[in-house]
Amino acid sequence: MRNVWIICRKELGSYFVSPIAYLLLTMFAVIFGFFFWNMLGIFVVEGMEMQMRGQVYPMNINEQVIRPLLMNAGVIGLFFIPMITMRLFAEEKRTGTIELLATSPIRDLEIIIGKWLAALLLYCCLLLFTALNFAFLFRYGNPDWKPLAMGYLGLLLQAGALLAIGTFISTLTKNQIIAGAATFGVELLLWVIGWVGEYETSGWARGFSYMSITSHFESFGRGVLDSKDAVFYIAAIFLGLFLTARSMESLRWRS
Amino acid sequence: MISVKELTKRYAGIIAVNQISFDVAKGQIVGFLGPNGAGKTTTMRMLTCFLPPSAGTATVAGFDILEQPIEVKKRIGYLPETPPIYPEMETAEYLKFVGKLKGLSGAELRKRIDYVCERCAVGDVKTKLLGKLSKGYRQRVGLAQAIIHNPEVLFLDEPTAGLDPKQINETRDLIKGLAGDHTIVLSTHILPEVEQTCEQVIIINQGKLVATDSVRNLQSRARGAESVLVEVAGRNGSLEVPAVQRKLEQVSGVGRVVCKQQVDSRALFEIESQKGRMARGDLARAVVESGWDLNELRPAAMSLEEIFLQLTKSESAATETAKKESE
Repeated sequence: MRNVWIICRKELGSYFVSPIAYLLLTMFAVIFGFFFWNMLGIFVVEGMEMQMRGQVYPMNINEQVIRPLLMNAGVIGLFFIPMITMRLFAEEKRTGTIELLATSPIRDLEIIIGKWLAALLLYCCLLLFTALNFAFLFRYGNPDWKPLAMGYLGLLLQAGALLAIGTFISTLTKNQIIAGAATFGVELLLWVIGWVGEYETSGWARGFSYMSITSHFESFGRGVLDSKDAVFYIAAIFLGLFLTARSMESLRWRS
Repeated sequence: MISVKELTKRYAGIIAVNQISFDVAKGQIVGFLGPNGAGKTTTMRMLTCFLPPSAGTATVAGFDILEQPIEVKKRIGYLPETPPIYPEMETAEYLKFVGKLKGLSGAELRKRIDYVCERCAVGDVKTKLLGKLSKGYRQRVGLAQAIIHNPEVLFLDEPTAGLDPKQINETRDLIKGLAGDHTIVLSTHILPEVEQTCEQVIIINQGKLVATDSVRNLQSRARGAESVLVEVAGRNGSLEVPAVQRKLEQVSGVGRVVCKQQVDSRALFEIESQKGRMARGDLARAVVESGWDLNELRPAAMSLEEIFLQLTKSESAATETAKKESE
């Protein structure tokens, strides 16, 4: 556990002494802020129109603003996660520092978990910016905090799974760009793979839509903790980290 | 301290290291010598538990590299060919990170950082980014990271590669200073380095062990017989070379005398003899009693370079004849 923390601290340090972390934070804040501003604008205009027409449909800020925004945060994250994970192992392999880690009295799994945890903590920092936006809603309105909290849990689990996949892909190459592009491709595929379920109902299509990384987020977005979806994400995290460990081991046999 | 038994590493199609066996005693500096691509780095990587061997095994500091890699890793320091540094870290920060990785903490860690900074002369760049350091400093930081946890065994892969002559000398002195406390295995393809720093040499070529012995034994072994160089000068500005040659040949135990060069009244002779049968005092007396000056008398040591070429050449010649025979 101590070793995991040593690796994690070092990785966080590398993120924050280089421009990577600040670039990602800025871009994420700007893009999410833009989404927030738009969504809120639509909500306000809709509210005014209803008042003018004299209709009294119940309006719900949780349903109409927070939930779609959380979904969007997940999708924006999809674009940012490859940029977080691509350097994790690829860079160590290119510069040869992997030899230092591999000849130190520390287990492969401790290295892997430390690195993955650092990536997850950086992602948490990104999510803090979304919380900043939501804070305004709490200041001027009174949304329900429980679905929001559940949404964040879902986002973290989803990111954990995607980061684990990215970590695995980063062990496969020395080239950061290849690692990043491959991760992005795989994650994009996992996002859209569920679409087949919308017109096909046979077994393979159900299997495909089960693999979709975004469809499992819906329950969290609604504020419901569905154990089926939580298990999916946790299993994906374990699978990603397991593959990383195997890949690191094979690296030694092959290279 | 290190005991290697038939260590082998096969990659797809090629054998990088072929059944190497050797032992290294505690506190020794061992030169691991071979041309580029001989398998030096691969062997080091196996001994540091970075690569698993395809066959055979080894014990380092009393632990098996396959059975207890973590115990081995606790007791070794390793400087790979390119120092494993993170360019975005500062020197002291980096040493702290490595120290923690190796299991140090608290006051002991701080003490060791100060110690290795002083020992490797990197104290003046403690707060500099590693990426901005010169090659010489990076190499020394690499060495500092290898000794930070005071390991029993040190593996240094070409520690002087890419340094300027002054830095090379400093690094060699540093390595020599580390011997005694540590057992050091040092790989190189630069021969004078081995002659200057190492007590024992392990020569490998094309993945095979060619020779393992002390530097001195290796030199005499390659020659077979003992030979000395004698420089003789005439007293009154002239010297009759044949006369000197005849006189020297009469000394008991002397086999063959060859005049290697003659400048004015001075001449250099190489005298071969059977091992242990020639007394150098007899030679000196013979020269002086005949009225000549004895300017110099020294053993004609063969340079390691010659030994190395001889050994690796005979090896490849042997394989070639074997090939021809099989054809």
